[in-house]
Amino acid sequence: MSISTEPQASPPGASTRGRPSRQVGDRVFAGFATGAGILILLMLAGVAAFLLAEGFPAIVAPAEDVPGGQGFVAFAWPLLFGTLLAATIALVVATPFAVGVALFISHFAPRRLASGLGYLMDLLAAIPSLVYGLWGVTVLAPATVPSARWLADNLGFIPLFAGPASTTGRTMLVAGLVLAVMILPIISAVSREVFLQTPRLHEEAALALGATRWEMIRMAVLPFGRSGIISGAMLGLGRALGETIAVALILSGLGIITFNLISGQNSLTIAANIALDFPESSGLAINALIASGLVLFLVTFLVNAFARYIINRRSEFSGAN
Amino acid sequence: MAKSIEVRDLNIYYGAFRAVEGVTMSIRPAQVTALIGPSGCGKSTFLRSINRMHEVIPGAYVEGSLTLNGNDLYAPGTDPVSVRRQVGMVFQRPNPFPTMSIYDNVVAGYKLNSRKASKTVTDELVERSLRGANLWNEVKDRLDKPGAGLSGGQQQRLCIARAIAVQPDVLLMDEPCSALDPISTLAIEDLINELKTEYTIVIVTHNMQQAARVSDYTGFFNIEGTGKPGKLVEMDETKTIFSQPREKATEDYVSGRFG
Repeated sequence: MSISTEPQASPPGASTRGRPSRQVGDRVFAGFATGAGILILLMLAGVAAFLLAEGFPAIVAPAEDVPGGQGFVAFAWPLLFGTLLAATIALVVATPFAVGVALFISHFAPRRLASGLGYLMDLLAAIPSLVYGLWGVTVLAPATVPSARWLADNLGFIPLFAGPASTTGRTMLVAGLVLAVMILPIISAVSREVFLQTPRLHEEAALALGATRWEMIRMAVLPFGRSGIISGAMLGLGRALGETIAVALILSGLGIITFNLISGQNSLTIAANIALDFPESSGLAINALIASGLVLFLVTFLVNAFARYIINRRSEFSGAN
Repeated sequence: MAKSIEVRDLNIYYGAFRAVEGVTMSIRPAQVTALIGPSGCGKSTFLRSINRMHEVIPGAYVEGSLTLNGNDLYAPGTDPVSVRRQVGMVFQRPNPFPTMSIYDNVVAGYKLNSRKASKTVTDELVERSLRGANLWNEVKDRLDKPGAGLSGGQQQRLCIARAIAVQPDVLLMDEPCSALDPISTLAIEDLINELKTEYTIVIVTHNMQQAARVSDYTGFFNIEGTGKPGKLVEMDETKTIFSQPREKATEDYVSGRFG
């Protein structure tokens, strides 16, 4: 073969030849997409700048001026602790259920039932959090009182259930459970979509080796859907961390740190605390609340970065190639 | 190890649709049987019915009998899972598990049966299977790397290694070379020749030269028209099918006059 595919040296004055000519539609779309991307960054930077500027005075203020009178760290730490505790309960409870529901819909349920159920789960995600909060405080909280008492009596040696059990049921455990119900549909929806994308080829590979349906799911579906489960859990965690009104309805925070999940004395979460205290705050107290918002912002950021790290760590094996 | 398959008046249905009609054939042990025919003639469906993989489509069922050394694979109470452990399969497109290393891919099927296998046992199994699939020398230094990182031909040999690691009686191959380049195809064909000493092999292929090269017996499937069921037109020794077939349709097909 003597045909050369090397580009020929372009003659002077014709430097634009050979450059791919870009269509108008192409340029408009590229500009729009780039603009949207930049806008997101600007908004994020704007939020960060606001939180920093407004929160900074509280962070550097003398300890006695900050609400609580012991400085910003003493103010924010119990709130951060409460936030993380409630979100952890929610995640631990919701993730296994959500994955189970997603698997049922994607691989076990008959097709007609599956689509109906999927639709129902999506609907669950759209219920306002206020409704969940009201349900939690009026239905779930009283209903948990007997079992909380039982836990305190029989498993009281575990710090989580040390008691004394709350008589109203408005406990950290109930807050976590309500959050779990709230984030369940999110985790489930994301996982389900990824499970449905499992290549048929890999499912058949497992079946042809003599795998039962559950073994096939373990060999092909779950490894493939791992990143989806993590993404869904992180989306859910994001919602649980930032959830305001449902938690504010259930908990009455005391600014204490305790792992005791079933007592009436518990810490509040950052978002719920802001919602409860903001209307009555002024001056530096407002700055302190905004600074606690900055803490929440950073935590959410870290959680997402960590999730990315987990997903990328084994990207070589992800099946994306 | 290698077992024979007897098929009597097999009809295969997908719901109300009859995909394959009236197949009767004997597949001899330790021989390569090729199934050829135009697209949609039911040869892949028939192949999949041998390890009941066609049942992954809801509503699929068969009539007639299909026995492996006399054992009815469709006897009531027979679990398709146990059938598939005796009848392995290699697919059209290489499908190693992307989330597993080369090593884990090979032992994937084996671990289903014996979960607590010791490392020495699996090490030995991996080497034996990969040697059996002519892949050992190419991958022995990177067994912990993902199987999806291999070339297409290597991936297909990895899939063969995975299939023979469970020591099946029969190996089904559904157009195993159609996604591969000629060099890789040659490697697989050589491998099929070596494997037939230990396994009964049934291979579906669109490539008639391939059928002529690798198989001892050939079955020709045909279809009368769209929506009609596929049928086995004739089956004989490969050299007979390609030189003096009994049926005119077979002769037209193998000589390239249609299809």
